[in-house]
Amino acid sequence: MHLIDTLAAMPLISPFIEFGFMRRALAGCLALSLGATPIGVFLMLRRMSLAGDAISHAILPGAAIGYLFAGLSLSAMTIGGLVAGIAVALLAGGVARNSVIKEDTSLATFYLISLSAGVLIISMRGSNVDLLHVLFGSVLALDDAALLLLASFASLSIVAIAAGLRLIVLECCDPSYLARISRLSPLAHYGFMVLVVLNLIGGFHALGTLMAVGIMILPSAAARFWVGNIVPLLLVAVVIALTGSLIGLLLSYYVNLPAGPAIVLTLGGLYLLSMAVGPLGPLFSLLRPRWHFER
Amino acid sequence: MSASALPILRFDNLTLGYNRHPAVHHLRGEIAAGSLLAVVGPNGAGKSTLLKGIVGELRPIQGRIELMGLKRENIAYLAQQSTLDSSFPIVISDFVAMGLWAEFGAFRGFDYGARQRIEAAIAAVGLSGLENRPIGQLSGGQLQRARFARVILQDSPLVLLDEPYGAIDANTVRDLAMLVRRWNAEGRTVISVLHDFSHVRQEYPETLLLAREVVARGATADVLCEENQERARHLAEAQGDDADAPICHADITAQHHH
Repeated sequence: MHLIDTLAAMPLISPFIEFGFMRRALAGCLALSLGATPIGVFLMLRRMSLAGDAISHAILPGAAIGYLFAGLSLSAMTIGGLVAGIAVALLAGGVARNSVIKEDTSLATFYLISLSAGVLIISMRGSNVDLLHVLFGSVLALDDAALLLLASFASLSIVAIAAGLRLIVLECCDPSYLARISRLSPLAHYGFMVLVVLNLIGGFHALGTLMAVGIMILPSAAARFWVGNIVPLLLVAVVIALTGSLIGLLLSYYVNLPAGPAIVLTLGGLYLLSMAVGPLGPLFSLLRPRWHFER
Repeated sequence: MSASALPILRFDNLTLGYNRHPAVHHLRGEIAAGSLLAVVGPNGAGKSTLLKGIVGELRPIQGRIELMGLKRENIAYLAQQSTLDSSFPIVISDFVAMGLWAEFGAFRGFDYGARQRIEAAIAAVGLSGLENRPIGQLSGGQLQRARFARVILQDSPLVLLDEPYGAIDANTVRDLAMLVRRWNAEGRTVISVLHDFSHVRQEYPETLLLAREVVARGATADVLCEENQERARHLAEAQGDDADAPICHADITAQHHH
């Protein structure tokens, strides 16, 4: 009892001891950091950061149709988002390959159509509060079902990355080599896209459609300034995501900010900090003497 | 090529190309196991196309390629235009280790023996000490050495190199050419697309001169004579204008003969 009193007196810990919703938010962020962030690292390395953003917006109309039928129901919005996200992930790639429209434009069209359709569908039935909920998430209102969903997506992602690390790495780093030596190359490609969509849906529930990608890309980009090898990169990104979530939640508690944007903005701050002081950042490489005979 | 050697590759009236436009026509014949063969010819002669056909990246428009005693995925192939993303955060030893895929696949961990072989391959290309350096920090020559180390671990009876010495300094070319000689001495078949005729004369006993069709094939000194080179240039220029023409020189000659 004495220990808990002491902890409760510490400002960094007391909100999580006093309030259940803060503990739930922290647990949700933990799940996202462990699952979505490593997937975000690979998304970044495949130069698909913007594609991830587009897919996350594409989830909205699917989730909105689920909402139309069942209100703010976790399962209906998840299933709707899953269908829409996977459809757009496949479509966007296909359109870019087969038409005069280049991939960035193709992604932008999907993103704009999806976002407007999603907002429209929600407004047909819901209130502005519901709209805010889907756009910016509700990390401070995660119920048991939502937490379980986030935790299962995280577990699935961790197992998939651990088991398939060699496949995913080679698919990112030298795809035509993988296609030549292994029949698992399509599995690596499409399996990864499914993981992306699942984690974006997880992020959608906690951070909303506009910021789900935040916890995937910002910690990954920040970690890139610290380490140059894939496994340490994954670990550093997770640590940055956790740190950012914790600071963001505390900021939202003490300064009374909306939690989702506070977390994403903190991650953005950590990104800028990493750029400034990370050993692989632009500042450091200006100060460091160049290696001879090397690029 | 000794007459008794078994073939490792057989071309059966092979025509390869893109979007149904042929780039190499009516290739016939065998390549003996253990050959050290240079493929030369003007730009657009179909040299890279031929290698892509052999590894199965390109399907024949006509005819076929038979592989004797090895599977397509076990061919070691160093593409000229690789999809390798050299900015990817992977260190040399992990990159080179991917050459063991045929043995270890996607999931099995590397044992002590495998780790020693990875180390030996890195030493063989002269990159010892750089095992833990990300590939993004390598020079062009060092990266090509690393790709050769990956080929070593693939341990393939058939090695295809597409312009392996593109933009690489003389020291690296010398070291890598020595590796190629060693592979051939170990009984492997090596087929290299090359541009430097003096290098070919020095290193390759056999040469195939292509200009969308076979101009000449055999001992390097005979193939690279002035007359053949002139013919290859002539063919390349003649076909250059209508490079997309679906009818090839060989077909026209065949019609004339009838």
